[in-house]
Amino acid sequence: MIVEIGHYALTLALALALIQAIVPLWGARLRDESLGAVATPAALGQFAAVAASFAALVYAHLDSDFSVANVAENSHSAMPTIYKISGVWGNHEGSMLLWVLILAAFGALVAAFGRGLPAMLRANVLAVQGLISIAFLLFILMTSNPFARLDPAPFEGHDLNPVLQDLGLAIHPPMLYLGYVGFSIVFSFAAAALIEGRIDAAWARFVRPFALVAWCFLTLGIAMGSYWAYYTLGWGGFWFWDPVENASLMPWLAGTAFVHSVAVMEKRDALKVWTIFLAILAFSFSLLGTFLVRSGVLTSVHAFASDPQRGVFILLILALFIGGSLILFALRAPLLRQGGLFAPISREGALVLNNLFLTTTCAGVFLGTLYPLALEQFTGEKITVGAPFFNLTCGVLLLILCFLVPIGQSLAWKRGDLHGVAQRLTLAALIGLASAVALAAITEGGPVLAPIAAGLALYIVIGSLSELAARIWRPGLSAGVLVARARALPLSAWGGALAHIGVGVTLLGLAASAFGSEVIATTRMGEARHVGPYEVTMDSVTSRAGPNYQDLVAKATIRSDGIVVASIEPAKRSFTTRQMTTSQAGIATLWFGQIYAAIGDQGPDGSIAVRLYWKPLVTLIWLGACIMALGGGLCLADRRLRFGAPAPARARPPIGAPATS
Amino acid sequence: MTRRGRRLALIGTALAIVGGAAALAGFALKDSIVFFYGPSEIVEKKVAPGTRLRIGGLVVAGSVQKAGQKATFDVTDNARSIGVSYEGLLPDLFREGQGVVAEGVLVAPGEFRADTILAKHDERYMPKEVVETLKKQGRWQEGAAKP
Repeated sequence: MIVEIGHYALTLALALALIQAIVPLWGARLRDESLGAVATPAALGQFAAVAASFAALVYAHLDSDFSVANVAENSHSAMPTIYKISGVWGNHEGSMLLWVLILAAFGALVAAFGRGLPAMLRANVLAVQGLISIAFLLFILMTSNPFARLDPAPFEGHDLNPVLQDLGLAIHPPMLYLGYVGFSIVFSFAAAALIEGRIDAAWARFVRPFALVAWCFLTLGIAMGSYWAYYTLGWGGFWFWDPVENASLMPWLAGTAFVHSVAVMEKRDALKVWTIFLAILAFSFSLLGTFLVRSGVLTSVHAFASDPQRGVFILLILALFIGGSLILFALRAPLLRQGGLFAPISREGALVLNNLFLTTTCAGVFLGTLYPLALEQFTGEKITVGAPFFNLTCGVLLLILCFLVPIGQSLAWKRGDLHGVAQRLTLAALIGLASAVALAAITEGGPVLAPIAAGLALYIVIGSLSELAARIWRPGLSAGVLVARARALPLSAWGGALAHIGVGVTLLGLAASAFGSEVIATTRMGEARHVGPYEVTMDSVTSRAGPNYQDLVAKATIRSDGIVVASIEPAKRSFTTRQMTTSQAGIATLWFGQIYAAIGDQGPDGSIAVRLYWKPLVTLIWLGACIMALGGGLCLADRRLRFGAPAPARARPPIGAPATS
Repeated sequence: MTRRGRRLALIGTALAIVGGAAALAGFALKDSIVFFYGPSEIVEKKVAPGTRLRIGGLVVAGSVQKAGQKATFDVTDNARSIGVSYEGLLPDLFREGQGVVAEGVLVAPGEFRADTILAKHDERYMPKEVVETLKKQGRWQEGAAKP
């Protein structure tokens, strides 16, 4: 019964989405605000209906109701509760329902807290959001019904794909979707601005918090996915330039560019058309990602049972929204009042440069990801574009960008002083350069790019810190005054600096990966293997039973100069239902580096094949992403930027005035 | 700086960055494209030894031999087969009679040295390239690989 209510609620959501989209757009034509006001309750109602539907599916999974096809195919009564819940989105139908739930949630956010928005803008934003909901609700109802019943119901379920039975998977998709789908609201704002033909700095202030929320979650989601791949695939790799990963990187790059350009728009009322374009771009890449991942054109762990009909449907949605918005953009953008040009040496000039690098990198990723697909469609030749392509193009572009980051951050709005900036960054640049040279000297004949990247990383971290220091510290001030000055600094300044420090930290982790080491060896019990600065001894191999699997566990001890520092338990996990094995890597975090072990087959003499890695500073890669997201969060908490907040009571310093110096 | 100067500076920078990136991409693309062939295609297309390739097919039952870290096995599309050697740990899901994709170098006709082995992710999954290779040979029936 509850399952049927869930299905009904989904249909109801479609009806409400239709109202949410059609009535306000009609109202906008007639300039009738009362029609526009319908969007608010419709959006709230639509969210409630989708939430009820999602809750029904969660209930069916928790209840192990195998008469529901979705549950029977992706669950098992012996599965731990947490995976029963995460199994809801560990399959095609459920993950699309989660997609729509988040879509509706963002719409409801605007409806509930958007009182500060001009009525017309709010109505149009909700209408466009409603249009997206219609498309995806139709997609679910017509091709991917999660509530389809099975008759007769099987006695037991097929179990969830073992690779997905992991805590990381419980968190990764919702995070990533909050990011992906979060850009839908940014897109809706852009479309609404184009429909109205009006855009101003206030628009930027409204949209910025949403963009920041989406960006933070996308950052965390990508980092989480990368860490998940790192520890479940058993290869110790954290980024494979796999099309599915690229699909999440493209909206991130476009979104990062947007978050920066919208700041220019807010402060200087410039870059309007470009910002609108980026908003469309970011969400288009989200849609493209959904298409690549869900349509089955790619083979990956993300491509659940594929069905050509679904692919065509998503492609249609893709064409409709990207094509439609670009046509709207072409028609309306020339009507938007352009902001003035500005001096190249200024904060806004630096942000333009940032945008150029980010979008070009994005284009590079796009090319490398879609070229093989296009070639296969047109010529039938199957190729792969490997990591070297991405490392060279994106790597070089992003490294140049990293060099520019602290400089841009230190430049003042309107007219920057390059000489002063150079003075401020001297210390950071010297430390970065010195460490790069030192590292290159120590590891002579080693990788070339890694010392450069490590030097750049230190330069960014110290550069960002010295930028903050320069804004707080004045000679001869007492500690109390300095604290007061630090507190007076807007949170967004702290947030921006923190996000950049995060970039530096991640870069340091990436650079350090070049200095890791790897040992693959068949090892007897009691035998020690050297990897990096450590020594790993295999102690025993035993069997252990879990709720729905059997583990072959190896116990190993890690020593440094004979002293035990940690012990690990890499395992091979065999799942009974699907007769499949997965690797459970044994990981020990030592400072910021990790010893990573994965085991292979056991030989007849009791020895076991082991892959051992020493990965120095590897945790910094994900830690840096968390710092970036934290920085984004701080910007979000800045009172001046809070969504729907009334105009600040305190007079802001005039734009471009020495708030920065 | 004049308005005109500013505009020129902007356009110039944009062109420089995009142009530089395009040159870089073109250069990188030439070296990092890897073609995918089945065992029959390698023979038909007369792929020269020394070429970097991805190959795919089924692991011939009974052909897997392991000696320490080294493994050799045959990959077939049921028309022709090719011998593959690999040094390292085989993935968890590598099994005889199942689909596999290997990336490496064709050292001689009929002899392939792999440096990466990808096996299927779950029971129902067969690398798409392998399915298509088998389809081309007319050796694949829809649904046949499903358990």
